[in-house]
Parts: sequence; structure tokens; C-alpha cells
Amino acid sequence: MEIFIQNFMDIFEKYLPALLAGVSAGGQYALIAIGYTMVYGILRLINFAHGDIFMVAGFMMVYLSASLPWYIALPVVTILTVLLGYLVERAAYKPLRSAPRMSIMISAIGVSYLLQNAAWYLTGGLPKQYPVIPFITESVDVLTASTKIVTVITPFLTIALVIILSLIIKYTKIGMAMRAVSKDFETSRLMGIKIDTVISMTFIIGTFLAAVGSFLYFSNYTTVTPVVGAMPGLKAFVAAVFGGIGSIPGAVVGAFIIGICENLIKFVAGGAYATFSDAFTFALLIIILVAKPTGLFGEKTTDKV
Amino acid sequence: MLKIENLKVNYGGIQAVREVSLDVPDGKIVTLIGANGAGKSTTLRSVAGLVTPAGGSIKYNGTELIGRSTDAIVKQGITLVPEGRRVFPDMTVLENLRIGAYLRKDDLSKDIEWVYSLFPRLKERHWQLAGTLSGGEQQMLAVGRALMSRPKLIMMDEPSLGLAPLVIKGIFEIIREINRQGVTVLLIEQNANQALKIADYGYVLETGRITMEGSGKELLENEKVREAYLGKSKK
Repeated sequence: MEIFIQNFMDIFEKYLPALLAGVSAGGQYALIAIGYTMVYGILRLINFAHGDIFMVAGFMMVYLSASLPWYIALPVVTILTVLLGYLVERAAYKPLRSAPRMSIMISAIGVSYLLQNAAWYLTGGLPKQYPVIPFITESVDVLTASTKIVTVITPFLTIALVIILSLIIKYTKIGMAMRAVSKDFETSRLMGIKIDTVISMTFIIGTFLAAVGSFLYFSNYTTVTPVVGAMPGLKAFVAAVFGGIGSIPGAVVGAFIIGICENLIKFVAGGAYATFSDAFTFALLIIILVAKPTGLFGEKTTDKV
Repeated sequence: MLKIENLKVNYGGIQAVREVSLDVPDGKIVTLIGANGAGKSTTLRSVAGLVTPAGGSIKYNGTELIGRSTDAIVKQGITLVPEGRRVFPDMTVLENLRIGAYLRKDDLSKDIEWVYSLFPRLKERHWQLAGTLSGGEQQMLAVGRALMSRPKLIMMDEPSLGLAPLVIKGIFEIIREINRQGVTVLLIEQNANQALKIADYGYVLETGRITMEGSGKELLENEKVREAYLGKSKK
């Protein structure tokens, strides 16, 4: 028995760093994934520009922290990111409200490339070093593993934000309006709900979480490039599909599962094969789509026929 | 109270409403009857601001409603119970009632009690998800939800559609009761017989035009109406 426990502890210690990294990556994906899933829930739109807004948040932090102390740059970047999300919705999605769904999707792809190319143009395309946010980038020991504080904070911060968000959706008036709009635009309007305000609010919450996600993500992976949003954006999207797109708890659970699996695979495979961990993520997407197209927590329909 | 003049609405390339003029006096029940596709729903949806008319005017106590947003119209005291009930299936009965009062900021407890007194069944089921209610209960909820905005004018689009005869009887009784309590009613129905029985005044709509009008009783006795909408042949 003792030997068994001893063995277990050894294995646990061996995999602990990968597990920590996985939980942390999962939290970061979750913060991005919520933006995808909420927008989908209300507009039935996959907001392809979401990952690029995350990238812009990274660059804004690089440039702003050059002239501002980090504790001012942090809230300023958050506000600017939210503003960008709001403006993208107003300029590129709102005019297409009654257009076929394909048009708004194409518009989202357009915004995605616009943001990437604008970033190439403005930054010269060279990778930038993300600034050091004090405290969270310091080292800390967790049991036998050594890691950055941000790795430890991420899952807790993520879960706290998700709980706050869930309470907002369940108990506040705007939350109730969001649930109504996600079910039925027209009836919501008949209740006196301003659809456009609710949709704007959805983008504001989504981009706020993406901004928080960017602080955590880039404190870990400190290089910012114009295409840096693509991979975490795509993985967060897979997480949202995995969890059942439209469902917030689904997106969070999906993100943690993907983050942990990806890092364990990287660790076990090691060396040259580590790059294949991304292949795992997308193989997972294919398997889910084939086996359970609605995902883990996919929308259940209680509508009577 | 509500005065529609020469309303024209184009809908998906066709003229759904060609020329509709009607009057809903304060405190009355007015009904609009007609076959499927005659333009009844489109007329109500124009009043609620869900569709934009191509011409004409919709005046509510003298102010023009065309061009206003739905929330502004709801704020003025007009509400529409949509066709097919359209309750929010994933919300509880109580949440559905609360969202009906979305624009109000005052205390709702009295109004919730009022709706429960009209529909005791809703009180029993206040914790249940609306999607699990029966068709009749969903219709009660849709009406109760609309009443939560404290409307002066309630418009109903086919409230009896797809319900059992006994339930339909109950719904029409409730419409009368709501009207007795001071809410003006504009009702559209395919169930012309029941609708005309409770209505003070009625209009017949055919392919986008008003072709007949009169008190409920007059229309019930009218030969043409009897033939076309009440399924009764000439004697």
C-alpha cells in the first residue's frame, strides 16, 4: 500500500508542472472562449475577430506601458479593448442585423484580417516583448514544482470572473434581457428590451474577459506578434464548441480540458513531438463534431412542438 | 385611442396591407377578423413597431407611432401578445412575468398578485420552466406577461390558436375580464364567432383591405360574414 502511495506521489510530482501549466492555459482559453460563446448565443455568429482583439490588447499593453506605469496601463488597455470590441460590433455587425447569416460571418472574417494587417502595418511586423507586470511574473514554488505566480492565479481569477458573470446573467435585469434576446429577438423587443443595447453589452463583457485573458496569457508567453491571436483564439473556439457553443459553463469546462490535455501531451511526448499537441486540439474538434455536434452542454430545447 | 388610417405595408415583395383604417376607442374590445394571410398580424405588428409601414398613419392618443422603436411604443402603454404565445421556454413562469415589466422600475409585487388572481394556475406553477407548460397555460402566461407592463391597450394575435375548446372559452372570458378592469383590447382571430361575441366593434379584413365593419352583433348577423367566416350557409 505504502509503495502504491509512494508511486502515485512520484507520478504526481513528475506531471505536476504540466498539470499546472495546463490548468493555467485552460483558464486563459476560458476567458477568450466566453466571448465566442456569448456572442454566438445571442447573434448565432462566430466572431472570428475575437482572437485578433485579444492580439490588439497585447500590442496596446506593449506600447502603452512604454510610457505609462503598469498599474495605469492595465486599466487603460482594458478600456480601449472593450471600446474596440464595441466599435467592431457597431461598425461591422450591426448594419448586417437583418442580412443573411453568411454575410455577417464574412464581415467577421474581414474584421479579423483587417486587425491583423493593421497590426502588421503599425508594428512593422517585428515580434515585441510583452512588458513585465510585477508580482504576477515572479516565481513561486507549488509543492515540488516551480512556476510563475500568474500560473497559479489564472484558474482562480478565471473561476471568480465566471461566477460573477453567471450571477449577472441569472439575477440582474440586463442578464435576464440577455437570456431573452438569445432565445427570441422579436418577443424580447415586445417586452421593451433594446436589442442593440443588449448585443453591445455582450460584446463589452466578451472583450473585457479577452483583455484580462491577454494580461495572463502574455505574462506567460511574452512575445506579441500580429498573428499571435490566431492560435489561442482558435483553441478557445474549439473549447466553446467542445463545451456546447452558446453555453458559458460548457466553454469554461471545455477550455480547462483542452488546456490540461494539451500540456500533458506536450510533456509526455516531449522534444520534437511537443508541437503535435496542437494537432490533438483539432483532432478533438473533429471527434466532437462527429460524435456529439451539440457539445458537452449543448443547448437543450424545451420548446414544445 | 388608437386610430389607424390608410395603412400600407409591403412584406417580402407583396402588399400585405393595402389600405386599412380602423378605430379602437378607449375601454372597448375591437376585433379584426379575416382569413389566413389577410394582413391581420401585419397590422398589429405595424402598431407594435416590429414592421415599418410603407404609408399611412397610426395615431395613439394623437401621437404618431410610425417610426418609433418598439420599446418606445411599449413605454406608451401598448403591448402585443404575439401569435404562438412565444413565452421564454428556459425561464420560469415568474421570470417570464418579470421580464414583461422590463421597462418598469417600480415595485412589481402587486401586479404579480393581480396576474395570479386572473390566472391562479400560474401561481401554482410559478417556479416551473415556461417551456414545460401546456399550450393553454402558455397562453395564460403570454397574456399575464403582457399585462405586467401595465398596458392601456393590449393587442392579441390569435390567442385561441391550437387550444382545446374548453380552454378557448376560458381565454375569451379572461379577455372580457381584463377589459372590464379598464384595458382596451384589440383582438385578431380566425375564431370569428367567439371574437365577435365579446367584441364591441369588429372589422373584416380581406386581402389587405377592410371590407366590412360594424358592431359585434351586426357582423354576427351579417349574411356575408356568416357565410365566409362562421361556416353557416344561407337559410
